[in-house]
Amino acid sequence: MTSVKTAPSAIEISGLSKWYGTMQVLHDIDLTVAQGERLVICGPSGSGKSTLIRTINALEGFEQGVIKVAGIALTRDQAVVEDVRRRVGMVFQQFNLFPHLTVLENCALPLRLVRSLSAAEARDRAMHYLSKVHIPEQALKYPAQLSGGQQQRVAIARAVAMQPEVMLFDEPTSALDPEMVKEVLDVMVGLAEEGMTMAVVTHEMGFARQVADRVIFMDGGRIVEQGPPTTFFTAPKNERTQAFLQQVLH
Amino acid sequence: MHFRDNIDYPPMLTRPAVFFPLLTAIFVSLWWFGAGNSAIGRLVLGLVPMAEGNPLNLATAAFVTALVGFNIFVVMRLALRQQVWLVWGELAALILLFFYSFDLSFAFIQRKIGFLITQGLVTTLYISAVSIVIATVLALMGAVAKLSSNGIAQGIAHFYTSLFRGLPLLMQIYMIYLGLPQLGYVVDAVPTGIAALSLCYGAYMTEIFRAGIESIPKGQWEAARALGMRPISVMTRIILPQSMRVIIPPTGNQFISMLKDSSLVSVVGVWELMYLARTQGQTEFRHIEMMVTASLIYWLMSIVLELLQKRIETHFNKAATR
Ligand SMILES: Nc1ncnc2c1ncn2[C@@H]1O[C@H](COP(=O)(O)OP(=O)(O)O)[C@@H](O)[C@H]1O
Ligand SMILES: [Mg+2]
Repeated sequence: MTSVKTAPSAIEISGLSKWYGTMQVLHDIDLTVAQGERLVICGPSGSGKSTLIRTINALEGFEQGVIKVAGIALTRDQAVVEDVRRRVGMVFQQFNLFPHLTVLENCALPLRLVRSLSAAEARDRAMHYLSKVHIPEQALKYPAQLSGGQQQRVAIARAVAMQPEVMLFDEPTSALDPEMVKEVLDVMVGLAEEGMTMAVVTHEMGFARQVADRVIFMDGGRIVEQGPPTTFFTAPKNERTQAFLQQVLH
Repeated sequence: MHFRDNIDYPPMLTRPAVFFPLLTAIFVSLWWFGAGNSAIGRLVLGLVPMAEGNPLNLATAAFVTALVGFNIFVVMRLALRQQVWLVWGELAALILLFFYSFDLSFAFIQRKIGFLITQGLVTTLYISAVSIVIATVLALMGAVAKLSSNGIAQGIAHFYTSLFRGLPLLMQIYMIYLGLPQLGYVVDAVPTGIAALSLCYGAYMTEIFRAGIESIPKGQWEAARALGMRPISVMTRIILPQSMRVIIPPTGNQFISMLKDSSLVSVVGVWELMYLARTQGQTEFRHIEMMVTASLIYWLMSIVLELLQKRIETHFNKAATR
């Protein structure tokens, strides 16, 4: 063993194209996310942001290109897909908590089924992560009894408790009342500070400024512009980026 | 209660504009159809001796009308729950009264009811219970097959539901009992009944299960799959428990319906409740006695199933209430 091995990038996407029927929604995307990097993806509605991050854990398929997660090339093979999904956590706009399970069960059941933890281990770990999102006292309630912000924090705890290598967020605060956005963003900031690799689709530009290493602007299924937040927000080159930023920053 | 609005509707029945026309209509129609000629008429005649014919008709009509009017006033003063139960009980009493008016021989019923229960009811329950279990398994497999991406499974499931929902149950029983022996398989009567009921109800319930599974939003699958859960776990731990809310009410319906459709098995000579009800009365020409008794037994069993369904529904609703 003489060669120096560098750790693979968390996500490596090259030449990714995807069609819905005859409509092409992703055009030849190249994107690499380094370990520990915090990526924010923004862009107008319908630009392909959700589609892009959902291809990373195979919730969407793709026709052309290569996606590697932690060095593993994504195929349609069950073992590969399930391996990748164990390394990638996801948080959805609509929370998607399991309404028939308590908050604690929401977090503990996947740990038992996927990570093969014992009931006691799963409960302990679930409680640990519920404390980290500041709602251990809601553990025995059902999702419908919580506010939107609390539900989204449970969803984050559920995903992070699986101890993934990468976290994907698809507009995690878009379905929330304004006063609840901050509590969810705070949890995400905390996660970033711990060094979690994150790809976040969001229009919360304050969050992008504070946390992101890099901001990507998508339009029409293409990455139109990218850069560190300082240059991205102060000197956007592309006129579509400028128009978009004007709208979201008022 | 599912949705209770914040409007107090004025009670309909006690409004004079409704109450008096209603009672008048009842009175006139009872009089018109000769109410005195009934069991109630004889009761009235026993209370107040009078001439039969028109005076008795009038008196009976007045008696019943007064009873109805008084009843409405009493019921309207109760709380909702009590109203429901009282009205239910009164209607049940009316039905029993209707049976009673057949002038039944209770001695005969008493003599036969033991056999009706130990042989008939037990067989009916046995056939229904086994069929319910098999039908549920078939329905689950059918629904999963219909929703799978496996063309062969889908084809089989679509054909299965089409055929067994498309043929009269009675025909299926004959087909199995008389048709299969043509292929060299002789099937006994009880297995025939169980097979026909299971296949037929499994086909109906396949559609119920399919609709129930489909009623769960896609996001539930996505979240579970994104967490790395296996498809079988997603189905058993996430999707089916939630579908139960949608599946149970129509499934309860199917079970109640199956309980009574098991009577069709009597055509191949199974000694279940219906068969005994038809045959036990023959020797002494007491058909009505046996029919009424069997009817009440069927009804009682259905009520038990109804209550069971209610309990299970409450269980699966607990997380959804807020
Ligand atoms: N299941 C689907 N079938 C067909 N078209 C779709 C589907 N999902 C998304 N699209 C289309 O793909 C494009 C990108 O969608 P999406 O990735 O959801 O955009 P964004 O998340 O940026 O708003 C849109 O034009 C949308 O209409
Ligand atoms: Mg989207």
